[in-house]
Amino acid sequence: MSAAADKPRLSRAHVLDLLKQMIRIRRFEDKCAELYTREKIRGFLHLYDGEEAVAVGVIPVLEKRDRVVATYREHGHALVRGVPMTAVLAEMYGRLEGCSRGRGGSMHLFDHASNFYGGNAIVGGGLPLAAGLALADRMRGEPVVTACFFGEGAVAEGEFHESLNLAALWGLPVLFVCENNLYAMGTALALSESETDIQRKAACYRIQAEAVDGMDVVAVEAAGRRAVHAVRETGKPYFLECRTYRLRAHSMFDAQLYRDKAEVEAWRLKEPIVRFQGWLEANRMIHADDLVRIEAEIAAEIAEAVAFAESGTWEPLDQLTRFTYADKAA
Amino acid sequence: MATAQAKAQTIEITYREAVREAIRDALKRDDRVFLMGEDVGRYGGCYAVSKGLLAEFGPERIRDTPLSESGFTGAGIGAAMAGMRPIVELMTVNFSLLALDQILNTAATVRHMSGNQFGAPVVIRMATGAGRQLAAQHSHSLEGWYAHIPGIKVLAPATLDDARGMLWTALQDPDPVLIFENVMLYNMTGKLAADAGPVDIDKAVVRRAGKDISLVTYGGSLWKTLQAADALAAEGIDAEVIDLRSLRPLDDATVMASVSKTRRAVIVDEGWRTGSLAAEICTRIVEQAFWELDAPVGRVCSEEVPIPYPRHLEEAAIPQAPKIIAAAKAALGRA
Repeated sequence: MSAAADKPRLSRAHVLDLLKQMIRIRRFEDKCAELYTREKIRGFLHLYDGEEAVAVGVIPVLEKRDRVVATYREHGHALVRGVPMTAVLAEMYGRLEGCSRGRGGSMHLFDHASNFYGGNAIVGGGLPLAAGLALADRMRGEPVVTACFFGEGAVAEGEFHESLNLAALWGLPVLFVCENNLYAMGTALALSESETDIQRKAACYRIQAEAVDGMDVVAVEAAGRRAVHAVRETGKPYFLECRTYRLRAHSMFDAQLYRDKAEVEAWRLKEPIVRFQGWLEANRMIHADDLVRIEAEIAAEIAEAVAFAESGTWEPLDQLTRFTYADKAA
Repeated sequence: MATAQAKAQTIEITYREAVREAIRDALKRDDRVFLMGEDVGRYGGCYAVSKGLLAEFGPERIRDTPLSESGFTGAGIGAAMAGMRPIVELMTVNFSLLALDQILNTAATVRHMSGNQFGAPVVIRMATGAGRQLAAQHSHSLEGWYAHIPGIKVLAPATLDDARGMLWTALQDPDPVLIFENVMLYNMTGKLAADAGPVDIDKAVVRRAGKDISLVTYGGSLWKTLQAADALAAEGIDAEVIDLRSLRPLDDATVMASVSKTRRAVIVDEGWRTGSLAAEICTRIVEQAFWELDAPVGRVCSEEVPIPYPRHLEEAAIPQAPKIIAAAKAALGRA
């Protein structure tokens, strides 16, 4: 791949797809929030509102053979990676037809078909896993990239530092994507990190790093292309910090006592969908018809997902302990 | 004739060497196998288990790691999920606590939580137990904690055959397997068949048949228990000694068959008494064989203290033959 190929080609089809993927996540999660209040979805529900440009910018750059490790705020990643919305929503309903048989719920979306390794809800816990997936690929000489998403809260965990060190020391093809949304649950970055310029931490491990405006999907895609290209070419890790903001509460239980409404409103003006859509409109790359069509397609997909989840089945009780271990070979 | 042949095919070997041969054999048989851990390469292993393997297999497959227990254990789990068959060595069970997040939250959960889409066929070996005067941060026996966790299997090889044979079977298992090697066994020497190979990893074994009382144990305590059984025999008490071998799953059938025969049981476990594996086995005996019992089930466990440094206190803190003998006699009403 040449350097020129690293740049996003902003064809009409491509920009419409970027916009659609972001709106798709947003509308899907709006529906999830509604379904949560109706108690169709229970447990924890962590929404990605405001951060969509990160998953939409990075994940489509990956190839099918590549691997994705995500966090508990991973609905968007799963959808963009190609896990069917039907299976994602059925999972959140706890139904057998869900992408993890309904056993994981919102925080534990897994999908073998798309190399989607969760849905990891221990902050920082996905990083060693990503290093190990990449170690296997490196030992076999397979040019596979493992993209590992995590929040800036994970940076305080020992597993973050252990994994960056291992990845650099052993030359592991991991793309570390830090989704810096400024709050670890309710704790602001400045209250938890002595160095708040997160991407600088990668330098301690001699890992190439950059920070990008995570509210700008084109910028994220450009950085994502550079990063994935670098990992694939060098086999070494790369660190991409996407500076973003979570516009909704941490989870559905969060009263948001830790930040001002004015701060959230200010970020709302910068949010990635409005921003990209406005840019497309200003540059006459999108028509009103396009939006109508996109919204209609997404509404239909969501309606189908809700119907699928509603009609899903409960795993029989006699299957409760099944797959704690593998079934014995016949 | 058979004896002469057997002799010709037997080798003198230490437990340490038996583990090393198991690792070497696995590395030769399966390209996906590699060993990773602190000081497994240049140093030769904290307990010298992997000495010489680096020269034979190279640094890719005998992989020295930084002191990042969670990081490299998690990496082993990830590599296993991506199709490799890593053997992760943790120096001691005390250090394994730094990797507990990965062992419990990832390795043990991922198959069930992902609806059987992913498994973690990793083998994690570590040293356990007291007796080398290594004090309170290197000497504990926490295998019982791990045996609490659904999703992993827990092994305690006490014999040369098991040290040699359990690893390969564990590597064939589609799920994570933890192997606990008692530090006092590494220097144990004995005879092993030259062609010793894989053994099962889910059955307890009667190491000494007897009719008066069942002594149920595992790991480093096996040899103290056998010693106690010999002493009991001198006093006319015929003890049966069961080596659990697998701490999860537990082989209830072998234990219950023995207890149903002898009607008395004492469990010997180097873990602390409260909430111990011994408590679990005792409960299972009460649940499954209560009406076969002629006496309360006894336990010989570690004293509820951090393992102390001075030899006399360390010895007093963990199960020893005299305590086992006393517990057996008490169960027989001969105290």
